[in-house]
Amino acid sequence: MNAATAAPLGERGFDLAALSVVAVIALHAPHLPWWLTAPLLLVLGLRWWQRRSQHARTSTWLKLPLLALLVLAVVGRYGNVFGQGPGTMLAIGLLVMKLLETETVRDARVGMSFACFTLMAALLSDHSLVATIAVALGLLPPLAALRSLEPGRRVPAPLWRELLPGMGLLAVALPLAMLAFLLVPRLSSPLWGAPNSAEQRSGLADNMTPSGFTQLLVDNSPALRVSFEGPPPPPDQRYFRAYVMDQYDGVSWAYRDAADEPPAALEAAHGIRYRINLEPTRQRVLPTLDVPLSAPPDASLRRDRVVVADKPVDKLLDYTLTSATAYRLEPQPGGDQARWLELPDGFNPRTLALGQSWRKQYGSDDAAIVQAALALFHDGGFRYTLAPAPLGRDAMDDFLFDTHEGFCEHYSSAFTVLMRAAGIPARVVTGYQGGYWNAMGSYLLVRNSDAHAWSEVWLTGRGWVRVDPTAAVRPQRIDFGAAAAAPGGQLPWYQSGWLQSMRNRWDIVNRWWNLGVNGFDALRQRSLLKPFGVSETETSTLVGLLAASCVLAMLIGLAWVWRRREPEDAVRAALRGLEHKLARMGVVRARGEGPRDFLQRAARVLPTQRERLIKLMHHYLELRYAHNEAAAESLRALQRAVRDFPVSRVVK
Amino acid sequence: MNGLLRKLAQHAERRLPALTRLRQPEPLPIELDRRRIYIVPSAFGIAFSVLLMVMLVGALNYANNAALLLTCMLGAACASSMLLAFRALDGLRLRDIRAGHATAGEPLELTLSFFASRLREAVRLDCADETHAFPVDGVTELKVYLPTVWRGWQELPRLRIWSTWPLGLFRAWSWLHPQQSVLVWPRPEVGGPPPFLPADAQERLRPQPGEELAALRDYRRGDAPRHIAWKASARHHDLLVKDFDRPEPRETWLLDWDALRSFDSETRIARLARWLGEAEAQGRRYSLKLPSGSITAGCGPTHYARCMSALALLP
Repeated sequence: MNAATAAPLGERGFDLAALSVVAVIALHAPHLPWWLTAPLLLVLGLRWWQRRSQHARTSTWLKLPLLALLVLAVVGRYGNVFGQGPGTMLAIGLLVMKLLETETVRDARVGMSFACFTLMAALLSDHSLVATIAVALGLLPPLAALRSLEPGRRVPAPLWRELLPGMGLLAVALPLAMLAFLLVPRLSSPLWGAPNSAEQRSGLADNMTPSGFTQLLVDNSPALRVSFEGPPPPPDQRYFRAYVMDQYDGVSWAYRDAADEPPAALEAAHGIRYRINLEPTRQRVLPTLDVPLSAPPDASLRRDRVVVADKPVDKLLDYTLTSATAYRLEPQPGGDQARWLELPDGFNPRTLALGQSWRKQYGSDDAAIVQAALALFHDGGFRYTLAPAPLGRDAMDDFLFDTHEGFCEHYSSAFTVLMRAAGIPARVVTGYQGGYWNAMGSYLLVRNSDAHAWSEVWLTGRGWVRVDPTAAVRPQRIDFGAAAAAPGGQLPWYQSGWLQSMRNRWDIVNRWWNLGVNGFDALRQRSLLKPFGVSETETSTLVGLLAASCVLAMLIGLAWVWRRREPEDAVRAALRGLEHKLARMGVVRARGEGPRDFLQRAARVLPTQRERLIKLMHHYLELRYAHNEAAAESLRALQRAVRDFPVSRVVK
Repeated sequence: MNGLLRKLAQHAERRLPALTRLRQPEPLPIELDRRRIYIVPSAFGIAFSVLLMVMLVGALNYANNAALLLTCMLGAACASSMLLAFRALDGLRLRDIRAGHATAGEPLELTLSFFASRLREAVRLDCADETHAFPVDGVTELKVYLPTVWRGWQELPRLRIWSTWPLGLFRAWSWLHPQQSVLVWPRPEVGGPPPFLPADAQERLRPQPGEELAALRDYRRGDAPRHIAWKASARHHDLLVKDFDRPEPRETWLLDWDALRSFDSETRIARLARWLGEAEAQGRRYSLKLPSGSITAGCGPTHYARCMSALALLP
């Protein structure tokens, strides 16, 4: 046994092991920095060349510095080596290092096991359907490598042929895997720390600086999926509020989280009920359609009707809410009205002057001032662009009077500052606007690129009113979504035209995947047996079911392998059938008794069947000995005759 | 503790003879079926299942269903590989064993003929501290070498046939104990005198007068002109020369058991074996007279084998 595992690794085995490592790196590439991926691939390539053409080993003096470099790189990027992100990066590096010293069968086995593990780690950061299928296919090279380690096998000539048996194995394993997936009891709380929340992830932040959105607006990944009870709201009402920001320091707007204040009063005639499936954001805020009436479980409603979850959203989250789109929010002025008017001293003097001049011009008509601001954006030569010119210290002054170009952040920020300068309580709201209505799946797909910022102003008698200054500049942004708003050439190719529409349609598969697989949590598992009248499935029941289904799967497998492969001789089978019948009638074939003797004896013992038996005997003997190949017609006649042979109890 | 374990093992061996070395010899052909194939996880299989557990706990902890599904898939694939390990041996048939010839102390070549109706890969056979790995497809022959010690009939040992196909996670095995013996020839002594020849042997052996034409070969400088095959050379570019085979006049050895009366029987056998070998190597004719019967004069491998086998079978 030891000698077998210490045997040197063959060329094919090494090729497949190297291929496995390449697959691992490729599947991790989307979330690894390029400066790590490229050297790893280079080291791998050199090692392959070295073993294949030089038949040389890698010296320890090369491996040690490489290891040190790897650890340095991980620490340099993450600050430590613990946690999901650094752990994954380290594991991939170590896998490549393992290949450097892979010389024997045992090394290769260890390496391939480790490769399976790192493949699974790839799913920790992306668990979409495509990623899962890709990783499952990524299992094929390690499986093929393990196969190639067995001595005494037929080595197929092309490398890709090695991968096919693994595919068959995985396909056979799929039913059992599904059962196990359904029945493995889920943990209701994690055993150790949840995934590293410090990980960089694009998404809405709780502060907003002009141009801070640019990353987000080109991020095409889904942010949330919404299904409505009843018809969806029209496109111009698809505003999903996330943060309400009131603090402005001249550079950025910030959200202030205060848990102790009760939610502001809301007067709404009727609500829209909807369900949001939120992708992990690592943040606590839960976007809601316009103004929610109440908070979902495990979350609370803040003063400005912002919904904040009790813990950061680290995995897919499903919540159902009721919101109002026609409402009066805080119709009576709250006690702390001054905070909506705060402006930092010494910033944006020209903007302030403009706001104050409007106040003088329109008197106490707040609505007219709002209209004046919107008219300014509409007619003042402003341009919507995702790549605006940089702004200086007095950012709003520069934007309003010089550059005249920007996107939603600039417009909402400038508008809010103008309103505050004119003495109208105003605030910036960030969230999502628009989305793609998937008719087939009846849900609204909102992408990160649909992130948007707008303003709310407080008008006497009407409460907080949403004003979207971006709409004044570029109405398409509101009516047709982010993609329509972007001037030509600013969006990457994959966000444009038919490809985008294909991606939108394809998203329905992701939604099914999210609902069916990723969303299958402890709660849904407990109601697994509801169709069978068991309202609450206990963990012990699950374990029992799991064990039972494993046994069942094994039995099915055994039945499959125990099935005799060699087809039995049909002529002999027919004779055996006859023997069974005769045995029931009391004539048992003796050991060593030939078919001719046996049937003649039977004919003597059963005189009533004499004719038949003699005929059968001749038929059998002819089939058996007259020809090399039994004639199909004659064989069928024999089978029929045996089947029709009557079994009658012999009265003794 | 060790004693207890050994007792337990002995008990198990008695209860499950098919599993162990106690398997009774059985006539060929031997077909492996489910009653005699055993499977246990290999050391690598155990380590891999620990890894799977780690992956499972990780996926559960992070509540990552995609990772969980992948882990389940890998686990189920590993479990299925157990069935494939079984299938690698199930239905495999050892049809017959042909034994070569070997003198005691030399390894004896055995040709095992396996049959499988479908391809079996990575089948391994343990024989005499050596593991052979081979695929079986249709009729497949495998040569193994069996160490020998004594002359005479030697029973074939129990052979372990096993496989860790396809992933090395499970090890399926079965014992083959063919009811067959192989004849081991006696070992010739290393050195000694030539056989004693009867007095009239020299006279009876006359030098062969005739020269037999053996073959034609190319002319070499110094060949006698009368040896040139003129007629044959006319049809060729070069001269051809008749090559003559002049057999050495060699006397027939009449080897007799009773002529070695002064030695014990094993020494006699060893000496006779050496003489047989020398006679065969020199191309002599020889006969053998033993207490068990006589073999008339002859030569050639068949004759040699007959004589050696007769020697091997002496009590």
